[in-house]
Amino acid sequence: MTKTINLTLKVWRQQSATIKGGFETYHASNISTDMSFLEMLDVVNEQLTLDCREPIAFDHDCREGICGQCGSVINGRPHGPEKGTTLCQLHMRHFNDGDTIAIEPFRAKAFKVLKDLVVDRSALDKIIQAGGYVSVNTGGTPDANAIPVPKEIAEKAMDAAACIGCGACVASCPNASAMLFVGAKVSQLALLPQGKPEAARRVTFMVQTMDELGFGNCSNERECEAECPKEISITNIARMNREFFKAGLFSSTR
Amino acid sequence: MHLDAKIPGGPLADKWDKHKFELKLINPANKRKFEVIVVGTGLAGGAAAASLAELGYNVKSFCIQDTPRRAHSIAAQGGINASKNYQNDGDSVWRLFYDTIKGGDFRAREGNVYRLAQVSGNIIDQCVAQGVPFAREYGGLLANRSFGGAQVSRTFYARGQTGQQLLLGAYSALSRQIAAGKVQMFSRREMMDLVLVNGQARGLVVRNLVTGEIERHGADAVVLCTGGYANAFFLSTNAMACNVTANYRAYQKGALFANPCFTQIHPTCIPVHGTYQSKLTLMSESLRNDGRVWVPQTVGDKRSPDQIPESDRDYFLERKYPSFGNLVPRDVASRNAKEQCDLGKGAGETGLAVYLDFRDAISRDGKDMIGQKYGNLFQMYEKITADNPYEKPMMIYPAVHYTMGGLWVDYNLMSTIPGLFVLGEANFSDHGANRLGASALMQGLADGYFVIPYTIGGYFAGTQLPKITTSQSEFTSAARTVSDRTQRLLSINGKRTVDDFHRELGGILWEYCGMARNDEGLTKARTLIQSLRSEFWENVKVPGVDMDLNQSLERAGRVADFLEFGELMVIDALARRESCGGHFNEGFQTEENEALRDDDNFCHVAAWEYAGEGKDPQFHKEPLVFENVKLTQRSYK
Repeated sequence: MTKTINLTLKVWRQQSATIKGGFETYHASNISTDMSFLEMLDVVNEQLTLDCREPIAFDHDCREGICGQCGSVINGRPHGPEKGTTLCQLHMRHFNDGDTIAIEPFRAKAFKVLKDLVVDRSALDKIIQAGGYVSVNTGGTPDANAIPVPKEIAEKAMDAAACIGCGACVASCPNASAMLFVGAKVSQLALLPQGKPEAARRVTFMVQTMDELGFGNCSNERECEAECPKEISITNIARMNREFFKAGLFSSTR
Repeated sequence: MHLDAKIPGGPLADKWDKHKFELKLINPANKRKFEVIVVGTGLAGGAAAASLAELGYNVKSFCIQDTPRRAHSIAAQGGINASKNYQNDGDSVWRLFYDTIKGGDFRAREGNVYRLAQVSGNIIDQCVAQGVPFAREYGGLLANRSFGGAQVSRTFYARGQTGQQLLLGAYSALSRQIAAGKVQMFSRREMMDLVLVNGQARGLVVRNLVTGEIERHGADAVVLCTGGYANAFFLSTNAMACNVTANYRAYQKGALFANPCFTQIHPTCIPVHGTYQSKLTLMSESLRNDGRVWVPQTVGDKRSPDQIPESDRDYFLERKYPSFGNLVPRDVASRNAKEQCDLGKGAGETGLAVYLDFRDAISRDGKDMIGQKYGNLFQMYEKITADNPYEKPMMIYPAVHYTMGGLWVDYNLMSTIPGLFVLGEANFSDHGANRLGASALMQGLADGYFVIPYTIGGYFAGTQLPKITTSQSEFTSAARTVSDRTQRLLSINGKRTVDDFHRELGGILWEYCGMARNDEGLTKARTLIQSLRSEFWENVKVPGVDMDLNQSLERAGRVADFLEFGELMVIDALARRESCGGHFNEGFQTEENEALRDDDNFCHVAAWEYAGEGKDPQFHKEPLVFENVKLTQRSYK
């Protein structure tokens, strides 16, 4: 049933990448519990605008949990407290009247804060550019059914491919590691026959780029898996490590 | 203006091959001398940028999001059609062509649609080769499902995330070309104006959404892949940033806008539940494969659905359309849901919902099987509504989802501005008055992977392109116009927020230019939009400054364009004196309340030319010629 609650928000405000930021307090009143978290922020922003104060900048787009553009740290947890849920799909019914909610940007060495809750995640694109693809040009590909792929392999590849590239894994990791993100892409393509010819090259370059961009290492904290809104399993990190060792031992790439 | 669609002559099945042969080629060494701007990185834009770069062209790619992997194509759930006939159930290029033409209520071009069906199979081959993890059978071959408006199973899918997987495939191809230095990527940029030099599209003025800087970019051709305009309605299933600005700017610069009143209202969305609502969420149409749509028999029956016995339920789609049942096309399903709710039989607190029930499917196939097919959709539904669809029927209601109208393009996908190409949802070309499910992904990728790489070469080979620089007057004046407009928006400092205006505009369009329209309502809507627009320019409040990341300013610019474009939708709806597909004028219907076309007078594309601020747009007509299919009353009974 619909009811309304009142909240106190502690929101990270930062004018730009070079200016130091800090928390500011806002009150969100009469918030319907059917609202999404971002709709709650919309309501706060409308009021700020009318009060001649600058609204809170936050990234968002599809608001249905698939584009990966939203994401902030809510009470210390990327995308908030609900398991397997992006911030845009988190609803206010999971909060109680009188709660105080702390909202901060994803924090990592590789993610620069641009403004308020908006961060620069282009480092993730750079990792994909290092090898997160199959090198086929448009046209001239064989019939789609020419190479059968066992159903269970296709399903595992799909499990890994569900990654939305939001960066919550990085934000949740004490080392700000991107291993889950990289592991997911490496796994998807290493599992499928189409990705195998380049598997060694791919994992080598992607891991190398990840290290260069300032992402940390994996120390098996498993925070990434716990916070991933798409519940990507850390077995993908294990698979990436196997691929990486295999590439080192048997491939001429390095 | 004479609208020449440039459809090649000869038999339908040979047109594309013949055309490809006749298009002049650019020598591989010369391709690198050309620069192409691609705006948007969805399926059409991502595929086009990657494919053009692979051929050797130098590409500049622009997107509004923080990375090219987030374009709204990503949210398409159900699948992508292709006439592979892997299921041995009678599919063919011809059948896909025919279904699409018929589904579009005979308001699309035969030549374009046939080509779409022809390349549909190549798309699946391409995506599989990229590593797209499509659903498969135990034997390792690809699985298919059926979809609305078709009686064969030709839809390929990747769980409920087909759009995501196809987009990430295109993004991976694009990433490869970025790494190769053939594509320069500009993220967080919004196209603010199109620059014409000697009447040819030669560049853009864009705003850097992080710094607020106005940037100029020159090229030899511009390819717009900027999606649809469903957000004119404020509430739609589109992503928040989807807008009409790029297309509207092209329209203002001379590109004709075709069929703006053709909008698609998708039948299976989560109903509206509050005024604060920012967007609507689609539940994939694939759910109609197993879910049964019903309302209570009696008006005002407010019992909870599990208390309503079989005899008191009306499965209205199955009753009215026995041969297609729950799989009727979207426009038909939506209109029928509205009809039931208007009769007072709607479900839920608001009465603006119908049930989509999986009870029978679960008892037939088991919960596991249904979970495998729709698990993630059920989960999404539960997150939003806190109801469990395994136990309680879903409640759904139609919502604006897709726009068939768009910039007018010829067979080469070039607009009326030389050198301005328009791909995907941004153009008008393939879906007529109604789009069938799983066809948007097909069209976006067909345009991007398999059409533009050929046709752009033909343009370059036959065109003189003088050298330009971005410091010349055309760029300077466009940049000045953009800055002036920004300053004007910031200086109004009125009393209403941008969203407040947008919500009101959406309400007007939904009420009077939505699922059912009539002359009186449309006329009223036009006046309402005009006065809302005047108020906007006097009373909007846009906080912040221009040289900054300013999301209110971004939205203000988009809403200002929607306020003009909304009127064009209404004008087009008023001018089309018939009902067809997504355009249902209550004055034109059969005795059974189905859309009544007027093929004698309205079998044409309505293409509108901008005539200047405050002036009525000028109407142009492209007659639609059907040489291969017979126009019939669309029947799904």
